[in-house]
Amino acid sequence: MNGGHDLGGMHGLGPIDAEPEASEPVFHADWERRVFAMTLACASHGRWTIDGSRHARERQNPADYIRHSYFENWLAGLEKLLVESELVTAEELAQGQPAGPVDAAQAERVLKADKVEPAMTKGGPTLMDVPLEPRFRPGDRVHVRNINPTGHTRSPRYARGKFGTVEVDHGVHVFADKSAHGTREGQHLYGVRFAAQELWGTDASAHDSVRIDLWDDHLEPA
Amino acid sequence: MNDTPRADHDHDHTEPPSDLELRVKSLESLLVDKGLVDPEALDALIDRYEHKVGPRNGAQVVAKAWTDPEFKAWLLEDPTAAIESLGFTGRQGEHMVVVENTPERHNMVVCTLCSCYPWPTLGLPPVWYKSAPYRSRAVIDPRGVLREFGTEVSEEVEIRVWDSTSEMRYLVLPERPAGTEGWSEADLARLVTRNSMIGVEKAKSPAELDQT
Repeated sequence: MNGGHDLGGMHGLGPIDAEPEASEPVFHADWERRVFAMTLACASHGRWTIDGSRHARERQNPADYIRHSYFENWLAGLEKLLVESELVTAEELAQGQPAGPVDAAQAERVLKADKVEPAMTKGGPTLMDVPLEPRFRPGDRVHVRNINPTGHTRSPRYARGKFGTVEVDHGVHVFADKSAHGTREGQHLYGVRFAAQELWGTDASAHDSVRIDLWDDHLEPA
Repeated sequence: MNDTPRADHDHDHTEPPSDLELRVKSLESLLVDKGLVDPEALDALIDRYEHKVGPRNGAQVVAKAWTDPEFKAWLLEDPTAAIESLGFTGRQGEHMVVVENTPERHNMVVCTLCSCYPWPTLGLPPVWYKSAPYRSRAVIDPRGVLREFGTEVSEEVEIRVWDSTSEMRYLVLPERPAGTEGWSEADLARLVTRNSMIGVEKAKSPAELDQT
């Protein structure tokens, strides 16, 4: 979707204003800690994918997405996922109180403290062992398809319609655009290089480039 | 939701709880009461990413690559396995790519669409990395962004920006600073900043280390 999250190339958002590295804390308030941890813990129920959680954050009014701090967007995304997946009802969320007893089957899936370390160490690889012919090879010139889906996509707006060169085939990975909507499908994922001048015109440096990871469905032969 | 104050770093902790804090507390108590989260697991997650996983991990990887040519070759060829050999693995680092800075090329990493970042080697991303100004400008004005970090890169040097649009996670291998011949891995690691592994700064020089 062409949402407030798709920020590459936008102007007017101000200076970066980085805090000094040596003194920046990991979290800036206790509520940020809780939102971070609740988001990771709730994923253990298996009701959504990482792509689905990104898409939940994106589906806000773009003005809200940009104005809110990072963990406010995580909070908004988590609330949306919990209600949409029916882990909680909208009424429960509004009241902060359960409407019924604990669901025992659900409670089985809860991430326990002693499982945090193994779960985080294991992670969630997206590489799939699927015999699928790549549509493109390193060195191929490609054109990024002009798509404007209202659902999730990892093809950023600034790359659509542009020409680039495939540099590497990362293998078959879960296709994020479909995974966000509940379908686990593998496609070849490529690292594609774009000259800065192709993306931004002749005001950009002739030496610079941007590398973007794109799946088969994002690309067509140039 | 639209009225919640920004949770910036200048937030005053002596104020009464904000709407936002109350909203988070209410959500947590609901999830605990419904048996959907274990509060001890939440504490363990926070402790892990606040205290145990951070950019010192990545600094070890870089310092080893600077001193051990075989490790460096492995790191560039099969980064996920090479990094795992040092014990840094898992969530948000499942598929690693290491990009080497050279006199001809400077690499810099961004996620324009969200905040993708290699957690096992760098920990959680800093606020600026996740913020709209960096995400919007890194791809269109990388040289301006670098200047804002005080990093000068000659016009002749290629700047390559890596937009993390998939689950591949990018770690910059900065150039080894001059004047560090014969240094131990542990001493070299002290020169490797988080920002140098994102690619917005260079590794510290020995003189800069003395100033800190």
